[in-house]
Amino acid sequence: MSIRYLDCGDTAFSVEFGNVIAPDINARVMALHAAILAEHEAGRLPGVVETVPSMRALLVCYDPAIARRADLQPLVEALASGDLAAAVPPRAIAIPCCYDDSDFAPDLAEVAQRTGRTPEQVIEAHLGSHFRVYVLGFMPGLAYIAGLDPALELPRRSSPRVHVPRSSVAIAMNMTTIYPFDSPGGWHLLGRTPLRLFDQRRDQPVLLAPGDRVRFRRVARVEFDAIAADVEAGTLDWKTLELAP
Amino acid sequence: MSVAHLLVERAGLFDTIQDSGRIGFQALGMPVAGAMDRIALRLANALVGNPAGTACLEIGVVGPTLRIEADSVRVAVVGPVALDLTTAPGGPATRVDADRSHLLTRGQSLRVGMVEGASTACLAIEGGFALAPFMGSLSTYTRAGVGGFEGRKLRDGDRLPLTLDAARKREERRLPGAFDHGAGPIRVVPGPQTDHFTDAGRAAFFGGEYTVSKEADRMGIRFDGPRIEHSALGPDIVSDGIAAGSIQVPGAGLPIALLSDRQTVGGYPKIATIASVDLPRVGRLPPGTRVRFAAIGVAEAEDLRADQERRLARLLADLPVARPPGGIDLVALYERNLIDGVVWD
Repeated sequence: MSIRYLDCGDTAFSVEFGNVIAPDINARVMALHAAILAEHEAGRLPGVVETVPSMRALLVCYDPAIARRADLQPLVEALASGDLAAAVPPRAIAIPCCYDDSDFAPDLAEVAQRTGRTPEQVIEAHLGSHFRVYVLGFMPGLAYIAGLDPALELPRRSSPRVHVPRSSVAIAMNMTTIYPFDSPGGWHLLGRTPLRLFDQRRDQPVLLAPGDRVRFRRVARVEFDAIAADVEAGTLDWKTLELAP
Repeated sequence: MSVAHLLVERAGLFDTIQDSGRIGFQALGMPVAGAMDRIALRLANALVGNPAGTACLEIGVVGPTLRIEADSVRVAVVGPVALDLTTAPGGPATRVDADRSHLLTRGQSLRVGMVEGASTACLAIEGGFALAPFMGSLSTYTRAGVGGFEGRKLRDGDRLPLTLDAARKREERRLPGAFDHGAGPIRVVPGPQTDHFTDAGRAAFFGGEYTVSKEADRMGIRFDGPRIEHSALGPDIVSDGIAAGSIQVPGAGLPIALLSDRQTVGGYPKIATIASVDLPRVGRLPPGTRVRFAAIGVAEAEDLRADQERRLARLLADLPVARPPGGIDLVALYERNLIDGVVWD
């Protein structure tokens, strides 16, 4: 599918690579995002304010007092038609998750029943999934993480919960996510991580970034509590989360 | 450490600290936030001599009562709002003008009333607030509890720390008149998901009259009016980025304009985007207002914005000196060491 440039008023335009969720399309989005960021930091592309990647498109935001669309789009087209394969090397992160507390995993039994598996098999399938962060959005730090074992694919809950606790680990469709805040939510809750996906006390308040590779690591309640205490105190060594590539 | 502050004697309905927005973190899901009315932010800052984009207090619907706990403070409120100044607790109040700067002194209280015919007004303090930026901005984003004053709207008893202990010596300034935010249909650029609507659906949007519903806040405005028909492509898209002023149309067929606190990405098709020239106007539309939408092209939208920026720059380059109420400004006389022969603007 060829790239489409879509009008989003006079402060942005959308570079649309496709209209489906697919790894190759998302990779091109992220590569253009990185390319524009690099140009911007080098002082080129004046007027570009920021870019917003999504699964399949990149929103290029600009300041109409500095740049005009007719001048800016050809520069972006040149970048988009170049070699977009050389994206940033992905990080690999292991996220500790406790599946063993019924408060943490209220939907485990129902997911097991609906997918024809035992709860233990559901946990194994989640642990066995090789995930990748496609995009962040909806609320600060909320990551849409695709790559769920197809055996666990279910639509969202027909009736969303009014209250999902912070750091709940959930699945829906072909994705998993982790709620950065106490919030409403319609995904199936399988467990909870002691990590905080958004913590304004950190220099980097948002834990996950688009392109990150993600696996889950099972922890018992004792280890969950220990890590949670470190997170609360701000003493967790984040390097312990990174996996060798 | 500065001890100068404003004491919130009584909070308004939704007062938040806002600047030009939190730029550069949407890729992490962090909304831009920022002032709903960029023009009011700019004017209020100019009146008190601040650099453009200094964080101000955005007044939502009804303003607060603020007691000056600093030697002196220069303040300006831009917007259609009544201001009452009390010199002693329980004492009589004097009505003072919006759209100009005022020099207030310790112990005085400024009551910011209800914003009339608009949803927001903007209060600037010379020197700004002594608060720490979060991700490069002082804009409050309440849904995540970040930015501004403790990440939330003001409450009774809050103490807002100020950068300056006392106002600088300068003349008070006023706007020559209320800035014209524009009238007539709200200009929008069609797209990006034009193909998700039928011809009849687009005709309903561009031909119909819509009313600002009660579901209107810093995140967006839901409009009531003619329903917009989706094409066979339907009311769902794979989520993509949301520009300021995007107008999304969920399955129910009624448009939602997405404003300062908008989410960064969303999964409903967008029929049009409000031209930036009209975004400040939309940012102050109160519930019940009737509006129409008119389609323009990207280049025309850019031209209109450039015209507006030129108009603003001309205004700011020559802000008139404000006459004090009743004639003679004794403070100004003292400061200038003038006894007579004062020439007003």
